[in-house]
Amino acid sequence: MEASTALVINAIIAGLLLGGFYAAVSVGVSISFGMLDVVNIAHPAFIILGSYVAYIVNDRFGFDPIVVSLVLSPLFFALGMALYRIYYLCFEKRGQESLRGLAFFFGILFITEVLLVLIFGVDYRSVGTVYGDVTWRAGPVDFPMRLVVPFLVSVAMVVGVQLFLTHTFFGRAVLAVAQDQLALRLMGVNPVRVKELAFALSIATAGVAGAFLIVIQPVQPSIGREYIGLVFAVCVLGGMGSIWGTLIGALVLGIAESFTSTFFGPSWAPAVSFGLLLATLAFRPSGLMGR
Amino acid sequence: MPGKHVLSILGRLLPAFALAFTFAGGAFAQQQQPPLKIGFGMSLTGPLAGNGKAALISMEIWKDDVNTKGGILGRKVEFVYYDDQTSPATVPGLYTKLLDVDKVDLVVSGYGTAVIAPAMPLMMQRNLMFMTLFGLNVNSKFNYDRYFQIMPAGPEPAVGWTRGFFEAAMTMNPKPRTIALVGADAEYPHLALEGARVHVKRLGLKVVYDKSYPPNTTDYSPIVRAIQATNPDLVYLASYPPDSAGMVRAVNEVGLKTRMFGGGLVGPQFAALKTALGPLLNGVVNYELYTPELSGKFPFLEEFLKKYQARAMKEGVDPLGYYLPPYAYAMMQVLDQAITATKGLDSAKLAEYMHTHTFDTFVGKVGFAKNGEWAEPRVMMVQYGGVKGNSIDQWKQPGIVTVLDPGPYKTGSVRAPFQDAKN
Repeated sequence: MEASTALVINAIIAGLLLGGFYAAVSVGVSISFGMLDVVNIAHPAFIILGSYVAYIVNDRFGFDPIVVSLVLSPLFFALGMALYRIYYLCFEKRGQESLRGLAFFFGILFITEVLLVLIFGVDYRSVGTVYGDVTWRAGPVDFPMRLVVPFLVSVAMVVGVQLFLTHTFFGRAVLAVAQDQLALRLMGVNPVRVKELAFALSIATAGVAGAFLIVIQPVQPSIGREYIGLVFAVCVLGGMGSIWGTLIGALVLGIAESFTSTFFGPSWAPAVSFGLLLATLAFRPSGLMGR
Repeated sequence: MPGKHVLSILGRLLPAFALAFTFAGGAFAQQQQPPLKIGFGMSLTGPLAGNGKAALISMEIWKDDVNTKGGILGRKVEFVYYDDQTSPATVPGLYTKLLDVDKVDLVVSGYGTAVIAPAMPLMMQRNLMFMTLFGLNVNSKFNYDRYFQIMPAGPEPAVGWTRGFFEAAMTMNPKPRTIALVGADAEYPHLALEGARVHVKRLGLKVVYDKSYPPNTTDYSPIVRAIQATNPDLVYLASYPPDSAGMVRAVNEVGLKTRMFGGGLVGPQFAALKTALGPLLNGVVNYELYTPELSGKFPFLEEFLKKYQARAMKEGVDPLGYYLPPYAYAMMQVLDQAITATKGLDSAKLAEYMHTHTFDTFVGKVGFAKNGEWAEPRVMMVQYGGVKGNSIDQWKQPGIVTVLDPGPYKTGSVRAPFQDAKN
């Protein structure tokens, strides 16, 4: 196919917008898996939960799903705290977090799915927004608001998380807990408490990402499974525990997917994305921004 | 004499007692008959669970109706079913369990090509009659003479399924010359695209784009832009609900310029996507199996839809029920009539009877071709237009769906080009 300038620019824009969404769904895993060593395989389930919470409020009251998700993020934060407390007491404290902890999160994933099926049924759910069907056009370049709004909020959220982690005492404690828990204890900080709050933050970001998802496409309870591979791939590509890396990795995967779809055929997109991941790991095992 | 009088009264009452005992005995015998167990897998979770649940509700309505009338062959009907999770991998094990552990009397399929095909080897191995629900062209690979299918795609299913789109396209003036073919990497879209390619060849159209995409794609706009770059007269899409929604949105966002778009989108037949997409569906040409425009042609369907819609609302599945539910009910009506006529459950006799007779169902008269597909195709190709807002009520009334094909059901002509048809 002839690569006209407009097609190339549109592919880049679409890739960036898609990457912004990927960053939102992955940043929580970057915190839990990359920094806390908690393999939260149930992360996509909380994304879907976020989608359904946004759906309920949007359906009943007509409020914007993204605003709803930001307002209700403390609820997801509290849910994350409770979940980590259970995980810590049942597995981490006993040194059984590796395999049993993984099974625990698998269980959470399926239980969440089944609960959503029982409550909402299995039909696809979607939301109505004032910008959902609007597309801005700048010459031959399109900016669908359905993707632009989640992209902007996502980038703001990821930058916010990064600033929070690097410019606050608590944030530095989170970074420290990933490196040396003993040293942290010597500083008089309880690493379990720090991990609890950091895990809660990761679940709060999942709730917001869920609102992005339902703005972008209709959802049903099991759709989250499709994102399990992606979120871990973004996290590893960007560099374990690096928030900037997550953002860059997500944008790289988004652009790679968009370019492949446009110029070589969409069925190659996953192969190219994961090929890129393997190549990066071969030359830079710690990921793009990993230490 | 009083003794003679008593005897006379007893003599008159005896036949009545005998009759009463006969009825009571009959009813007792019916209660003693083991239930007729019908087993199947159904997608109750996973991407196609919306359809699976709707089909299940429909089949349960049939079961209740049949049991109210006394069952089949005097046996109450029971269902034994499991969730196949919309996963083909679960299907062989699930049907083996139904046959060997649950000892069901009959099996039918779950919903869709992807879960019918994996059950076929087992059915063939056991020589079982297999009634299936909405598999597209599954038997073309197996050539099994005890396979039957309720979707009205006709004896050449892939060809019959896609025929209406091309028939409608060729009524445009000037006739289209180029086409883009696109669909998801999944069983149904592959088969639908195979059918489309047959028409493309028959009509001498030039294929300018022919690609598939992963079903879990998030943003479809790069695909639509790539299609736009080839400037096709027609765009034929075969997709499942999430990608149907994604493609329709992307087509609107990019402003796809073509003369006709659509064809094989699964999803816009259901309330969830009709309401989610609303006016974005304007101009799209797609298949439907029933629309309110045709209510007079299927009088019994109204009665069924009332029952279905009442239950569907409660269970959170497609509240319209125009697509799959009537056919799920009809599938069971066919089974009922075949079992009653052959007075048994013998697969060979059932298959022979079904090949040689027609059946009265809620979706009309059904007869089967040699390969178990409908003898006559009846897929309706429609074009949406005049959809305003996202209300479900507008879809319950005639006025926003034009039937383009087949001839006996036609209510209007195709509006083109696509962007003009949107207004």
